[in-house]
Amino acid sequence: MDTLLEILSELRPDVDFAAEDRLVERGLLGSFDVVMLVTRIEEEFDVVIPARLITPETFRSAEALYSVIQTLSEED
Amino acid sequence: MKTILEYLDLQAMLRPEKAAFCDETVCYSFSESKEMTMRIGSVLLSAGANRESVAILLPRSATMLLAMLGTMRAGCPYVPLDAELGALRLSSIFERVQPRFLIADESTEPIARENGFSGTVIRISEAMQTEPDLCALADVYHRLLDVDPAYIVFTSGSTGAPKGVIGKHSAMLDYAEQLTGVLRVTDKDVFGMQAPLYVDACLKEILSVLRCGATLWIVPKRLFMAPVELVRFLNDHAVTTVCWVVPALTLISSLHTFSEIVPTTLKTIAFGSEVFPIRQLHLWEQYVPARYINLYGPTECTGMSCWYEIDRAFCDGDRIPIGRPFDNTEILLLDESDHPATEGEICIRGVCLCHGYWNDPEHTAAAFVQNPLCASYPDRIYRTGDHGRYNARGELEFLGRIDNQIKRMGHRIELGELENAALKTDGVSGACAVFDPEKNRLALAYTGTAEKAAVVTGLRGSVPEYMLPGKVLRLDRMPLTGNGKTDRLAVHRLCFPSKPSAVK
Repeated sequence: MDTLLEILSELRPDVDFAAEDRLVERGLLGSFDVVMLVTRIEEEFDVVIPARLITPETFRSAEALYSVIQTLSEED
Repeated sequence: MKTILEYLDLQAMLRPEKAAFCDETVCYSFSESKEMTMRIGSVLLSAGANRESVAILLPRSATMLLAMLGTMRAGCPYVPLDAELGALRLSSIFERVQPRFLIADESTEPIARENGFSGTVIRISEAMQTEPDLCALADVYHRLLDVDPAYIVFTSGSTGAPKGVIGKHSAMLDYAEQLTGVLRVTDKDVFGMQAPLYVDACLKEILSVLRCGATLWIVPKRLFMAPVELVRFLNDHAVTTVCWVVPALTLISSLHTFSEIVPTTLKTIAFGSEVFPIRQLHLWEQYVPARYINLYGPTECTGMSCWYEIDRAFCDGDRIPIGRPFDNTEILLLDESDHPATEGEICIRGVCLCHGYWNDPEHTAAAFVQNPLCASYPDRIYRTGDHGRYNARGELEFLGRIDNQIKRMGHRIELGELENAALKTDGVSGACAVFDPEKNRLALAYTGTAEKAAVVTGLRGSVPEYMLPGKVLRLDRMPLTGNGKTDRLAVHRLCFPSKPSAVK
């Protein structure tokens, strides 16, 4: 989780990602960020996020995103 | 023909029941679109609007498109706005234009009031239920000229104040003719529109609908975070044509989307003048057989000015040309002493030229100048500030900017505007913004005692979302060049350190 929070705060240093659960709704993460975020996560966690899981729902909070990453790592 | 409204009237006769402007909640046919624009125009006239700018602040929707065309019915230029522009940009536009009238709904009216709009609000839902006043509309149209302003759209300005570009009806007509010819639009085409409505980029779809009887679907913004759903949307609505910014296309190709779903109805894919990574282009070409067209053009020349259809294989690192100008547009490449050259500043001639910048004679005079190759009569050209050259095949190539303007997600950004906004935060003593076009990353380096978070929070309140830097870096001191200027290259290296590519 710490690694993910680090990646996220690199992207948006002003956001408290541990607490925020409406990242997309509040415009804190935009479509500009998704490609880079996914690329970074795939590098760091050595997973491939399938396109069908790339949705506003997945990016609504750090927690939601982390649980997706965990599920993917377990599947490996 | 004086305005594109005459195309709408024609389509309403030829194919009245066909879908014209659609979004997730509503679909207006051509006859409904004609009727609604006449109602909106009539309400503006009866409220007293008299050949003056009318602001429109509505959610991005088919209804907003009708409000734009309805404003034209009243002989008034429209000023399209969106809440996502942010408080500072909105209030600065209201202050510069001082519109007396605003078209809004219950959700957007408070936003306009909070940002300094003090005039009369026309509620769109009420306007669309009012009987049109045919005599008043005819009278206004009779007095309207094709050189009158049709709209004002705002782009980033280097000093911090946004510039209002004034488009005219005759240029829109010309653009409709040339663009639909290049895209080969017919009434069978369905457009999936990605652009926001507050920029001139949305004209491509609007004009194709009006000129050729095509259908337009506004693609919801949230789908540009959901690539599979995005492609499903295109397939469900049988979208044949997209004119998208490059990052919207690479969102699909770079996230393994094609292994799950492939667009099946696309025939024409046009994209803007940003770097299209060749690897991503190849993925698209591999999965989606279509015409791929690179478009280039500044807002000041009404949408796009040049086009190139991909007709050969490109390799990594190749530059996709911008090709040649649209018919009825001329490109001049001028060197530093204003002589024609094979490499130089891209300058544009033609009816496509806008009137200039709203209430800004200084910037207008600097950018819209007498053609240096014509000494005998007034002949205006627009200096784009873009650097171009002809390649060995005689195709025009875009090389970059002469100044510090960049293009990101289709939006023009003056790095100076971002720097000035950062300098307004307490504790920021110096600022330098840099851009990496390959990765589409914008970074801001600053000096001073301010916390990073405070700098970003300050920016969030003062610049549109698309201008927010993806990376913020605090420096102890700003690197300077030998003659004391900010060393942008050094800042670039600090913000984007090149590391050996990760071994996977």
